[in-house]
Amino acid sequence: MNLSLHYPILVIVILFAGAYLTLLLGLLNKKICYYLAVLFSFVSALFSIGLLLLVLENNTISYYVGGWEPPYGIELTVDPLSAFMSLIVAIIGFLVAVFSKNYIEHEIPLEKHPAYYSLLQLIIGGMQGALMTGDLFNLFVMTEIFSISGYALVAIAQKKGSLLASFRYLLLASIGTTFILFSTGFIYMLTGSLNMEDISNLLPLIDNPWVMYSGLVLLIIGFAIKSALFPLHTWLPDAHSIAPSPVSVLLSALVIKIGAYSIIRVVYTVFGERLSGGFEIIGVPLSWMASMAILVGSLYAIFQTDIKRMLAYSSIAHVGYILLGVSLASTLSLTGGIFHMLNHALGKACLFFCAGAVIYKTGKRNISDYAGLSSKMPITMAAFTIAASSLMGIPPASGFMSKFYLGLGAYQENWFFLAVILIGSLFGGIYFFRVLATAYFSSEKALYVDTKGPELPLSMLIPIVILAIASLTFGILEDVPVTLIEQAVELLLTK
Amino acid sequence: MNPVVIRTITRVLVPFIQLFGLYIIVHGPVSPGGGFQGGVVVGSSIILVALAYGLDDAEAMVNHRIRIIMDCVGSLVYAGIGLLGIAAGGLFLQYGIIPLPFPPARINNLMIFLIGSAIGVHIMALVLSLFLHTAKEAEVDD
Amino acid sequence: MIDLLPPNLPYFASIALLLIGLYAMISKRNLIKKIMGLNIFSTSVLLFLIAMGYREGGAPPIEAEGVTHYVNPLPHALVLTGIVVALALTSFALILIINIYKEHKTLDSEKLKNL
Repeated sequence: MNLSLHYPILVIVILFAGAYLTLLLGLLNKKICYYLAVLFSFVSALFSIGLLLLVLENNTISYYVGGWEPPYGIELTVDPLSAFMSLIVAIIGFLVAVFSKNYIEHEIPLEKHPAYYSLLQLIIGGMQGALMTGDLFNLFVMTEIFSISGYALVAIAQKKGSLLASFRYLLLASIGTTFILFSTGFIYMLTGSLNMEDISNLLPLIDNPWVMYSGLVLLIIGFAIKSALFPLHTWLPDAHSIAPSPVSVLLSALVIKIGAYSIIRVVYTVFGERLSGGFEIIGVPLSWMASMAILVGSLYAIFQTDIKRMLAYSSIAHVGYILLGVSLASTLSLTGGIFHMLNHALGKACLFFCAGAVIYKTGKRNISDYAGLSSKMPITMAAFTIAASSLMGIPPASGFMSKFYLGLGAYQENWFFLAVILIGSLFGGIYFFRVLATAYFSSEKALYVDTKGPELPLSMLIPIVILAIASLTFGILEDVPVTLIEQAVELLLTK
Repeated sequence: MNPVVIRTITRVLVPFIQLFGLYIIVHGPVSPGGGFQGGVVVGSSIILVALAYGLDDAEAMVNHRIRIIMDCVGSLVYAGIGLLGIAAGGLFLQYGIIPLPFPPARINNLMIFLIGSAIGVHIMALVLSLFLHTAKEAEVDD
Repeated sequence: MIDLLPPNLPYFASIALLLIGLYAMISKRNLIKKIMGLNIFSTSVLLFLIAMGYREGGAPPIEAEGVTHYVNPLPHALVLTGIVVALALTSFALILIINIYKEHKTLDSEKLKNL
């Protein structure tokens, strides 16, 4: 039995089955839930690596669930973009599961541990499902799975304000979900099919373009709420800053990328051929909103004093970079946008892990309390520096390469977008350097830090170090992801 | 209202409601209904018991451990049948080719029935968990 | 243009419900009324999906003898999934509201904003 045929579905099903097994075995012994979560996410990450290697050989893999051929059954289509992002989600998900051990013992009472680890596996499984599906309604269902798990994970620690943050996230993101369902029904009414490839073949046959644009716009608004694009971002600062730190990593580094990925999938694969004449109608407002997101997000981040809130506003800005790359629709800008998805995921995950490590060790969240922390927690602050320089766009860290591609693509379109990217990077430099200067160059010594024993438990140190090294590596060896991304972009743009 | 009246009617009605729910689950492929709808009906019969007799009696019928076990077993049976399809050499959820001594249409029917029942059990546990957990939390306040 | 109204009445009703639900979610101050607005909003989309699946003179999509013209059964599957999603959202939101009330003793969103 050739297992490699089944990689697409196994990546997803192992996590879903693992979630319920964790809940079941948590009845017996609450302490093994951590080990089960780490085991299942590790196995799923291995299958995801195998899937990426398979996709590198044969360009796109299709998997028919249940043996039913495409217009009748659900199809999983894995093309290079999906495999690339699936690897990012799997590895960062595994690192979150590893990091959770000490942090969650500290924050959440023991009865809720099976629920937490089960929700963790559900959210990663839902994201993997959304990445690999080739069917519009299956995309809606998977989006709902990881969204509802996200609302629950934000509220699980029950700190001051977390219930309200989760309620606000629920209210706003469910509007997005309902718009996605509405527009799926609308597209089904127009074309009679739900399969993405089938729709892209049937759409050119419709003569009135405005009917089609209205379906597309509703779909983009629904996914833009999920990925916190500028006017629809108001749920993000509370939700990402009040959630426990591993959950902040999941939400900020992964969940908003899936919203951006869905926009790419819908615009380029589903509506691709039909839009090749008129993409400007959708692309121009999207690029304005993305530019506003960069400026407003970075500007708000400068005024924050709580470090997790600052990182949350920074996420809003970086989603602006990604969607700017997507909306400009040239090879260079789309390459930059997708590469920035990888870099922001790695960098923001490392930053939130470092912030979580500082909160675990010292309980302090205010930036002015970071004074002199570099001598007491050297590895953490070094990783923070590397990840921050990646997000600021300083060579040789990988963020520089993605901003370079974005800048070249933006300049080809209009100098205004290049100016926005540069000003956004300047603001990013301001708020990140403030933290670094306080940590490294302040004259106070952080006397409240307990220096007995190792700096951090090993399960928290390993994810931080791995992500920092990865941020640096992909800047030096930038050919490795960029060849894969160029393969993906070529496939997307030739539709 | 006089609790004796409500309790007597509940005692008479609950088996019929559960039988009706089971009928909806089993006739999934053939008539309106299926796993989800039948599960909700069976769950609501126990909610009727909770309303008539008090939360503790309903909690004694389905306590926390049984609810979690039913919940997880339902989903694991679903995933398991899908993986059985892989083990038999086909794709996920392709349960027509599992080597049982029945004609393929019969196997399809049997597997859909098993999946429907598993989902019915799962949804019953879910609806009961939502109601009992929420009612317990709100009860402490008064 | 008024002759567009009779055959498309379900669609107009669905859009009207969508706007009513959206208005309730945004402008009502009580959190429970916001959740009722969310429910109306979800239901309106389900009405749209079922209205889309209707065919003139079609029979319900259950196999019966001597019937050849059915309504489209696919939107019914979409609506079932939509109902489950709305159930999950509403129940989770109500549990959050119970815990918010226990913590803050108020359900007024204006007072809750100024925390």
